[in-house]
Amino acid sequence: MSERLSVFKTYKLFVGGKFPRSESGRVYEVTDSKGNWLANAPLSSRKDGRDAVVAARKAFSAWSGATAYNRGQILYRVAEMLEGRRDQFVAEVADAEGLSKAKAAAQVDAAIDRWVWYAGWTDKIAQIAGGTNPVAGPFFNVSSPEPTGVVAVVAPQASSFLGLVSVIAPVIAAGNTVVVVASEKAPLPALSLGEVLATSDVPGGVVNILSGRAAEIMPSLAAHQDVNAIDLAGAGAELATELEAAAADNLKRVLRPQAVDWVAAPGTGRLMAFLETKTVWHPTGSLGAGGSSY
Amino acid sequence: MADVTASDGALRRFLHGLPGVDPVGLEGRAAALGTRSIKTTAKAYAIDLAISMIDLTTLEGADTPGKVRALCAKALNPDPTDRTTPRTAAICVYPDMVATAAEAVRGSDVKVASVATAFPAGRAALPVKLADTKDAVAAGADEVDMVIDRGAFLAGRYLKVFEEIKAVKAACRREDGTAARLKVIFETGELSTYDNIRRASWLGMLAGADFIKTSTGKVAVNATPANTLLMLEAVRDFHALTGVQVGVKPAGGIRTTKDALKFLVLVNETVGEEWLTNEWFRFGASSLLNDLLMQRQKLSTGRYSGPDYVTVD
Repeated sequence: MSERLSVFKTYKLFVGGKFPRSESGRVYEVTDSKGNWLANAPLSSRKDGRDAVVAARKAFSAWSGATAYNRGQILYRVAEMLEGRRDQFVAEVADAEGLSKAKAAAQVDAAIDRWVWYAGWTDKIAQIAGGTNPVAGPFFNVSSPEPTGVVAVVAPQASSFLGLVSVIAPVIAAGNTVVVVASEKAPLPALSLGEVLATSDVPGGVVNILSGRAAEIMPSLAAHQDVNAIDLAGAGAELATELEAAAADNLKRVLRPQAVDWVAAPGTGRLMAFLETKTVWHPTGSLGAGGSSY
Repeated sequence: MADVTASDGALRRFLHGLPGVDPVGLEGRAAALGTRSIKTTAKAYAIDLAISMIDLTTLEGADTPGKVRALCAKALNPDPTDRTTPRTAAICVYPDMVATAAEAVRGSDVKVASVATAFPAGRAALPVKLADTKDAVAAGADEVDMVIDRGAFLAGRYLKVFEEIKAVKAACRREDGTAARLKVIFETGELSTYDNIRRASWLGMLAGADFIKTSTGKVAVNATPANTLLMLEAVRDFHALTGVQVGVKPAGGIRTTKDALKFLVLVNETVGEEWLTNEWFRFGASSLLNDLLMQRQKLSTGRYSGPDYVTVD
């Protein structure tokens, strides 16, 4: 029997539910923690970022308009699909972060559990972020949270998979769509996540994954007039300042970088960060002499 | 050229005697010309040129006078945040909306174009089509976009199509001796072959079209780079033979700045700079304008713009 030829995987971007190469045609070498070559990843350009925003905007109305229950089911489906490809992700995370098999497996399991956790939150955010408000007047006053829109995210640099999941899951659970720039050094788990999302009923364009240099891609996304919020989780202090200044132009919501232990229970902070509150005042009380009311 | 239109037989012999189209070569050339890189100042120039070539179109059953007036306001002032933005060439509406549009753009250089002759199917008797045309011209249309009788064309009754275009051309004349410019729509998506598109182009030009236009925008396949290139070549050859200049208007399906720039390259490389004005080249489009405006904003501010910063039509 002849020896099999090795089949190398071409890692590609995930934009609008498709797997394009970078528009620029560029790639860069990705190595493991010891410096051994793993694969070539696309080196995205500003135009890839722009295309991703177009895809995210296109997907927004259907995703934000879907029922929260439906979004929850779809996010749970992502966890199911991840479970089936657990071994692949364990291997990729172990290579990327220089972890032992067991430690990498713990990271992947935590990431899958996190999808399930956020899947459960989709139809419960409204209860904790909204509700009826007591007001001093004849009004019935209700606040309800609505998704902010298209969110551009710099994924955490060190935690290539758990960190990534921890930043994109809350954004889409809340009904936003997302353009995420994966960890520059360890983008492979993120690019593989695209393959999982593509087979999990997540509509194309809801999550768009780019690999490359955040410092190159993010400034134009931060200044982009059609991006509504940015999450600077993985941006260094200098880049974060630059991006925050660029984001001020159209008053984007900005989530500043903060020290986070990605393994710990996440809380609802990231869910709440990309919601806008809509408050409705509805008159109550009697209608004229008849005494009937609204 | 008069003798080729003397009889049905002569016209058929002439049209069928035109050289056949090489589809692979045509599409290859259109695709190759589409790869030109146009950046910075050239792009800024091309965007402004493209905006000035748009026939801003609304052809819906649900058109209201209010919607037509809103569109006219947009044609007159496409980007209220930047007054240096050029105006579009024209507004394109159904005949019953011509008076509303003419009133709204009065005093400006924005023209009013009206579709006519039982647009978009063209399935009506000739007197009805002529009445439709006269009605639009009387209401103040500067330009008339007619559809040819595709049924007659595909059945090989070329002289009938020819006579019909001539009759509509005559109906475009106003009492004071001037005339509305006539654009002839072939609906290339229904003509099946490139050879037919070439024949229809010659037929239209022989009958006196001021413009030849690809399509109505109401069928699956509308303007493509290939069919527009073919029509530009026909216009070039007709000009070389007769000295008569004819305009070209691709319509339908052109939605992005990138697409529009590709068409401008086709024009420049096929018929030359003389056609690079809204006198001789137009885009039939509606959503294209917003994309051009967003690209224009990107060039002037350096930031990508978004749909929140242009009007919703």
